[in-house]
Amino acid sequence: MDSDDDFMSDASSNVDFLDDQGSDIESMDDFGDDIDVGFSQDKDIIGKTKKPYEVDHKVLSPEDIEREQNVQVNEVSSILGLPPESCAILLRYGRWNREKVIESYMDRPEKTLEDAGLGTNFEGAAKTEVIPGFMCDICCEDGDDLETYAMRCGHRFCVDCYRHYLGQKIREEGEASRIQCPGDSCHMIVDSKSLSLLVTEDLKDRYHTLLIRTYVDDKENLKWCPAPNCEYAVDCPVRQRELNRIVPTVQCGCKHNFCFGCTLNDHQPTPCALVKKWLKKCEDDSETANWISANTKECPKCHSTIEKNGGCNHMTCRKCKHEFCWMCMGLWSEHGTSWYNCSRFEEKSGSEARTDQARSRASLERYLHYYNRYANHEQSAKLDRDLYLKTEKKMTSLQSQSGLSWIEVQFLDTASQALQQCRQTLKWTYAFAYYLARNNLTEIFEDNQKDLELAVENLSEMFEKPVPELANLKVDILDKTAYCNKRRVILLSDTAENLKDGEWSFNVEW
Amino acid sequence: MGSQKRIAKELAELVESPPEGIKVELANEADLYDWRVYLNGPENSPFHNGTFLVKLKFPNEYPFKPPAVNFATKIYHPNVTNDEKGSMCLGMLRPDEWKPSSRVVAVLQFARQLLAEPMPDDAVEGRIAEQYKNDRARYEEVARDWTRRYANEKA
Repeated sequence: MDSDDDFMSDASSNVDFLDDQGSDIESMDDFGDDIDVGFSQDKDIIGKTKKPYEVDHKVLSPEDIEREQNVQVNEVSSILGLPPESCAILLRYGRWNREKVIESYMDRPEKTLEDAGLGTNFEGAAKTEVIPGFMCDICCEDGDDLETYAMRCGHRFCVDCYRHYLGQKIREEGEASRIQCPGDSCHMIVDSKSLSLLVTEDLKDRYHTLLIRTYVDDKENLKWCPAPNCEYAVDCPVRQRELNRIVPTVQCGCKHNFCFGCTLNDHQPTPCALVKKWLKKCEDDSETANWISANTKECPKCHSTIEKNGGCNHMTCRKCKHEFCWMCMGLWSEHGTSWYNCSRFEEKSGSEARTDQARSRASLERYLHYYNRYANHEQSAKLDRDLYLKTEKKMTSLQSQSGLSWIEVQFLDTASQALQQCRQTLKWTYAFAYYLARNNLTEIFEDNQKDLELAVENLSEMFEKPVPELANLKVDILDKTAYCNKRRVILLSDTAENLKDGEWSFNVEW
Repeated sequence: MGSQKRIAKELAELVESPPEGIKVELANEADLYDWRVYLNGPENSPFHNGTFLVKLKFPNEYPFKPPAVNFATKIYHPNVTNDEKGSMCLGMLRPDEWKPSSRVVAVLQFARQLLAEPMPDDAVEGRIAEQYKNDRARYEEVARDWTRRYANEKA
């Protein structure tokens, strides 16, 4: 009914693509238009008044995803005049880049089909056959009533073997879109028609689930929600290469907030690359950094970290063989024979080495400064989360003690959520600050950070008050909650805008 | 399913018309799933004049799962592990490349071909691969020596 329209819209988007190759934004827009056709009824784009740190996104259920695939398969099918199941294979082969698939097929149809694992012969419906005198190459059975099946490649096997093969691929190996013909070195892909002819219902379900999974994996604008047991995917136009200018936090239908760039938990305002660096650093360093700071020194020459576990002050670096004095860090050769007492603290070589050492220690101290605050907010968020679990109980007891209604005690829930969210943000401001090089904007950032932190600690304190006092604090808590949220918006807006404009300078390459 | 029939057929074919340098027998007459294969070192290789015992075990799911191939005779080769397992890394034996219609004879021919032409880029013994690439003469010397020492008793 609307295939003509589809054809038109696709033809025009194809022209766009040819005119303006590599413009992902363009094709993204086209794509957006296309899915709207199918999903206008459940459009839940977040965008009342969009804040600078918010990104457009939309949540897709498994049914939405399947519908989206079908729409595209049918469109391509009507454009190329190929059966839908072949187009599905073509699209999967082309990782769902519709324009590229169409273009490639228009240019070199046979090669494209060949590469995608499709033959060029589309005749014949999928059906099993009994062929007299046939012997199955897999099981070597040759009964006269043996049901057999072959795809267009002509490699014929008995239905039992075919079925067993497909079952193993789907169930054990989790394969779906790239199952090949069982024939030795035949790369033809098993299409969905052949598949539905051969396998049992439960396997078909599994197959569809797997197909949907590869669809989401293949599309750059789709990501699975990483929350456990959540089966939604999120559609967001932010591309990998934009991640140095934007931190795309999205909210799934299950309410989980995650970063579309790296699928970790929301880490605004810190960009993904810095998050990765920071987490790696914490993993490598944090446990040991404190200990290292307290118990070791570095070789003045090669900067290997050295622990002195006894003995005299004459140190020989195991790595570079540099000989120095543990006390003054100066050259051992200048020490004469005073092995157990170093009285040369003021000598030049020693004082230079100590300055060097101090610099290196300062960098460690700097890291620990930020790490401790980061870790503190992480820990506090955990405690607040425990508190949140108790909040409901609190709300119930507050109701019975103060005569407030359920609606009237909702402020506790709101406060608890604000606390969580603000701590999450605060936590990441410290990782962000660690990599920030000072410029005229850092001060504003630090002020914002300080304001938010103060507001959060205030709210957190009120929140912990015993139940009888809470009713009286309601207005204060409501005010503080609103204030925290406002401070968070200010901080995030400021960082996001500067990130987008490339105004921040960082002390690392990323 | 029909794995017995299939294995019996492949065995019969291999015994009836053995490919060059390959001899196959059952480790034990009662067990179709456990083969012994004797590979003669190819003429143009340092393994020439050696006979290598290769153990071939079929899984119950054969031919839907590939057979396991292990060198029982010690061999100095980049693609065979130098341990008691003698495992080799054959592309066609990887579960995602194996097809139920792939044949043992192809596996064995490939293994023998590998003796003549090692694939140092897919090596399981990095050191031997390194030597094969950089010091071919020494590699061949050691391989010949090992062949003399370990692969000499006639089957």
